[in-house]
Amino acid sequence: MSIGPVRTSVMRAPVMRTAFWPILHAEWTKFRTVRGWVVGMVLAALVTAGIALLNHSSCGGTVVPGGKVIAGVGCTAPIGPGGEAVTDSFYFVHQPMTADGSITARLTALTSPAGQDGVGLQPWAKGGLIIKASTRPGSAYAAVMLTGGHGVRMQYDFTADIDGNVAAGARVVPHWLRLTRAGDAITGYESANGTQWTKIGTAVLAGLPRTVQAGMFATSPPGSVQVGSQSIAGSSAGAGMALATARFTDVSLRSGPLAGPVAIGTVATSTVATSTGAAGRWSGTAVGGLTTGEGFRQAGGAVSVTGTGDIAPDVPASPGAAGGTPAEQTLEGTFGGLIAVIIVAVMFMTAEYRRNLLRVTFSAAPRRGAVLAAKALVIGTVTFVAGLAGAATAIPAGEALLRSNGNFILPIGLLTQVRLVAGTAALLAVTAVLGVALGAVLRLGAAAITAIVMTMVLPYFFAGQLALLPASAADWLLRVTPAAAFAVQQTIPQYPQVAASYTAANGYFPLAPWAGFAVLCGYAAAALVLAVVLVRRRDA
Amino acid sequence: MRSGPGNSARLSPAHIGPAHIGPAHIGPAHIGPAHIGPARVGAGVLHAEWTKLRTVPSTAWLLVGIVGLTAVAGALADAAAKCPASGCGLDPARVSLTGTYLGQAVVAILAVVAISDEYGTGMIRTTLAAVPRRGAMLAAKAANVSAVVLLAGAAAVLASWLAGWLILPGHGFTAAAGYASLSLTDGPMLRAVAGTVLYLALVGLLSLGIATAVREPAAAIGSVLGLLYVVPIIAAVVGSPSWHRHLEQFAPMTAGLAIQDTTGLAAAPISPWAGLGVLAGWAAAGLLAGSVALTRRDA
Repeated sequence: MSIGPVRTSVMRAPVMRTAFWPILHAEWTKFRTVRGWVVGMVLAALVTAGIALLNHSSCGGTVVPGGKVIAGVGCTAPIGPGGEAVTDSFYFVHQPMTADGSITARLTALTSPAGQDGVGLQPWAKGGLIIKASTRPGSAYAAVMLTGGHGVRMQYDFTADIDGNVAAGARVVPHWLRLTRAGDAITGYESANGTQWTKIGTAVLAGLPRTVQAGMFATSPPGSVQVGSQSIAGSSAGAGMALATARFTDVSLRSGPLAGPVAIGTVATSTVATSTGAAGRWSGTAVGGLTTGEGFRQAGGAVSVTGTGDIAPDVPASPGAAGGTPAEQTLEGTFGGLIAVIIVAVMFMTAEYRRNLLRVTFSAAPRRGAVLAAKALVIGTVTFVAGLAGAATAIPAGEALLRSNGNFILPIGLLTQVRLVAGTAALLAVTAVLGVALGAVLRLGAAAITAIVMTMVLPYFFAGQLALLPASAADWLLRVTPAAAFAVQQTIPQYPQVAASYTAANGYFPLAPWAGFAVLCGYAAAALVLAVVLVRRRDA
Repeated sequence: MRSGPGNSARLSPAHIGPAHIGPAHIGPAHIGPAHIGPARVGAGVLHAEWTKLRTVPSTAWLLVGIVGLTAVAGALADAAAKCPASGCGLDPARVSLTGTYLGQAVVAILAVVAISDEYGTGMIRTTLAAVPRRGAMLAAKAANVSAVVLLAGAAAVLASWLAGWLILPGHGFTAAAGYASLSLTDGPMLRAVAGTVLYLALVGLLSLGIATAVREPAAAIGSVLGLLYVVPIIAAVVGSPSWHRHLEQFAPMTAGLAIQDTTGLAAAPISPWAGLGVLAGWAAAGLLAGSVALTRRDA
């Protein structure tokens, strides 16, 4: 009432249009001189870091057929050429291939062996041709294959997956497959009749050795058996092991460069003869360890290969996961730190109302929008620094503890690590800005804090831990609420070529990391604009 | 004297100087045992606290919020829940009472505001001048907060139950699928519904205790919500299953909400009434901390 007219008539004088810097300095002074707020921020960093030290997961074990649990087995995974943890387990019938060359075969069947109770042919069961740097798990490869339910595909180096030309579900066998190598480039082809060939894709496997292993393979991921609805670190979901058998005829392996270019769609190369010459030299390797039921048989010109496992990235939420721990599990303390940040940020604003300081503030700095901006900047920056300190401590400390308990941390790239630390700090900082803005809008500290906690912590709790909502509703919550921002902490991406339960409960968010973070930023920006409008209109 | 606190609720802080409180009307001399018996003091304090709670405009809104948020969230959860014939492992009582997770936050606001508003306005000095027995003042506040939360909680929980009773059987929660009826004549369901009302009241008391100890409303509500929501989130990552179980038995929300279990009781970390007992222990500890801080400290 008293401020309004004065502000417009007198205080608008040029002298009073103070620069932003003094306002910012004033807000910084306010923050640093209230001991409780500084203590609160330090506490936020400590809680963010300290909770990581409560994680006493130890790597559980793997379930083998028959339901027995072997403790401590499989708590590691091979590392693929891209640096990620991978599953590399299949039956490989192979011969060395030196320099350029090609392998061609007619796939006559992909089935699940008889007597495999309860678990049929898995959608991602695979059988086909593969060229691999060596038989060491995790080495570079390129493969063309028929899958149980996803048609013909070309995959390479674990993460790349190219859809072939056969529609999923179409009846395709017998089907011709071919891989050709020219230097580091491996090209996959398919054909319905062995004469008309279609290119699927080309993989460039940098640093492929001169002599590689080429041949046939079969593998099948386990059928998913959901055990409970919560994923507890270290325990892999129960899985029913599944086998797949691929049958081939007319296998031909040709070393040396192809005679002339392969003209797509028309030209055929020899599809007979060489298989008999090569037949004696095939050897079988159970890559990733032999499991009962794996092996190969050769009768006349036909080869049948039976294998289990998968050639794919290691996905923690998949039934075949190796039991590795994603790095973000060390950051669960963010929720504790978040509460401290919200309290301090909201009080940073509402204390002005509560102590009637705001009238003084606004008479000293009549540009009310600038005051709010300065408050947001101060609290955002302070929180970012505290969050950075907390997250940068939590991750190495938490990982060291997890490793000392025999856990295996899923490796992530440098950029992902930076995103994990900076994203966590930014999440806390933007939440603090939201706190200041909502504090100004609602003026009641308790209401503002409850609103933020209920929209940030509760959706995560509902979606991630409380098994009351169906997955679709949980995903919806994590799209539209500010809690979407926790996606910034997801380090292991979803892979369409791995069947897994990609749910919030397993650490998978419906939005991409930065998209989720943008949702929170949107809320904070909207609240800040509303706050500026209201504070300008209202009496202080 | 009885109308004292009620009247001064309308005074602004500036008017409450020592001179006002001191001599004639509201002196300790008035309350001395010679004049008024302990029972009348109790009734007076209770009435004064009731007047304050009743006349603060936010109270009505918060009560509406408790009922509305609980019932609407519960109905939404009912609508989202689908239980195929193969079973879904969901407890129909838990699903229909999902709104408790939200409603309790509003209960916490109500309880926190009941005490910390007095600190914010300076009213607390008037209140304590009128009622020098600080423990009695806190007890009266606790009684009033409990009473209104029990009433609003009963409305909220009954509305949630009704929504569940209407919606859930159509979503596969039928006797044929092995679920007990959602009827209130069913023992476990009645316990879940009645127990949830008590749960909300206990959350109110816990919040009142913490807010009395902390005084600052923002810090108080933050601590309450952190205790309720964040402890279970952290419990999920301790890894060791036995630790996890112990934390679930100990955390006020997970333990207290065990009162809503009607299925899978054998596997639950804590039995329904024991769980509510744990929350009651938290509420008692909170109130004790609040009253100790209140009596030891300058207002």
